[in-house]
Amino acid sequence: MVYRNANGETRMIKSSCPGRWALARTVVCALLLAAAPAKAADKTDPETDRKALQAFFFAKFPKVDKAEFGNGPYAVNEEMRKQWTDIMQFPPYEIALDEGHAEWDKPFANGKHYADCFDNKGEGIRQTYPRFIAETGQVETLEGAINRCRVENGEKPLDPMTGLMASLAAVMSESSRGKPFAIAIPDDPRALAAYDRGKEFFYSRKGQLGVSCASCHMSPAGERMRGDILAPALGILAAMPIYRSDWGSMGTSIRRISTCSSQTRAVPLKADDEDYRDVEYFLSYMSNGIPVVGPGTRP
Amino acid sequence: MKRSMKRSILLAAGLVMLSLPALAATQEEAEAALAAARAAESEAVAAKAAWIPTETALIKAAKALAAEKWDEAKLAADEALALARLSVEQANEQKTSWRNAVFR
Repeated sequence: MVYRNANGETRMIKSSCPGRWALARTVVCALLLAAAPAKAADKTDPETDRKALQAFFFAKFPKVDKAEFGNGPYAVNEEMRKQWTDIMQFPPYEIALDEGHAEWDKPFANGKHYADCFDNKGEGIRQTYPRFIAETGQVETLEGAINRCRVENGEKPLDPMTGLMASLAAVMSESSRGKPFAIAIPDDPRALAAYDRGKEFFYSRKGQLGVSCASCHMSPAGERMRGDILAPALGILAAMPIYRSDWGSMGTSIRRISTCSSQTRAVPLKADDEDYRDVEYFLSYMSNGIPVVGPGTRP
Repeated sequence: MKRSMKRSILLAAGLVMLSLPALAATQEEAEAALAAARAAESEAVAAKAAWIPTETALIKAAKALAAEKWDEAKLAADEALALARLSVEQANEQKTSWRNAVFR
């Protein structure tokens, strides 16, 4: 073993067990090398995640145009697309749109409007939601922002899953049609933590059935589960809010995620639970570049 | 029928009769089982890992208890307890293993 003394002289000393030192160094180096790739893969890197996820779906569905992914099952299954084309002659969300426009234009008791709460008067901004709010350190969904607007203007919050809320979200989505998702994750550890929680939620197996969001919406996307065609994770929220035949009414992203929870036989979380907001943040970020097509319709 | 065979049948029947009271649950046992199941389910809810069938079994146990059907109550409570424990176990296991499923 070589060491340098206080005078700068190099000396050799005999180790009592030279073989063991060499072995230990080799083992330590090997462990470090083995751990390095795993650590890189686990690092929070939303942009690398997004590129990998999008590349996966573009390779899985080479004939589907990027802009079509927002149409979910209708983009990846020809038979369903035909049915959808027929349905869209009289879109079932039109009643909600009418209701939403009427509500949007109606002033609050204090004389202010929804438009006063949003950038660009709420026009063409849906593709930037959910957003990370630095003041609260939390993710805010579009529905959360609409309810905040109401509360700040002295109105009662709405049910964030359906009804008038879905109608208002439909109005905002309609004004963003064709605009690609542009979700920002600021350089703030809390924003990255929210993204990570959303990613964890998406990939975690839940409920008595032990399935994750990814179990249905990654590799099996486009395949049948009973009568349904599984939608790809890419662009999965681009059509929100949706009129879903299964519900017989409109629903927001949170309603859909909550329904997914029930389908795994997990007890759904509260509508404004952090986990739901964060998974919406994660999924929307994954869809950056995919145009908004909402409001939409689903079986 | 031979006498020894008759004796065997009577013995077996007697043993079955003797074991029946042991299978029946008391009110205290049913209540204790439900309390244990509720405690386990609270842990699952806190971990955001509760399952719908657990809640269903808890409701069934509570209804049976109210109807003084101790056996039925204990059976449902034991099922709820097992499900609640499984759900917490799943949540704990997924805390790290979700990373193995991440698409890279």
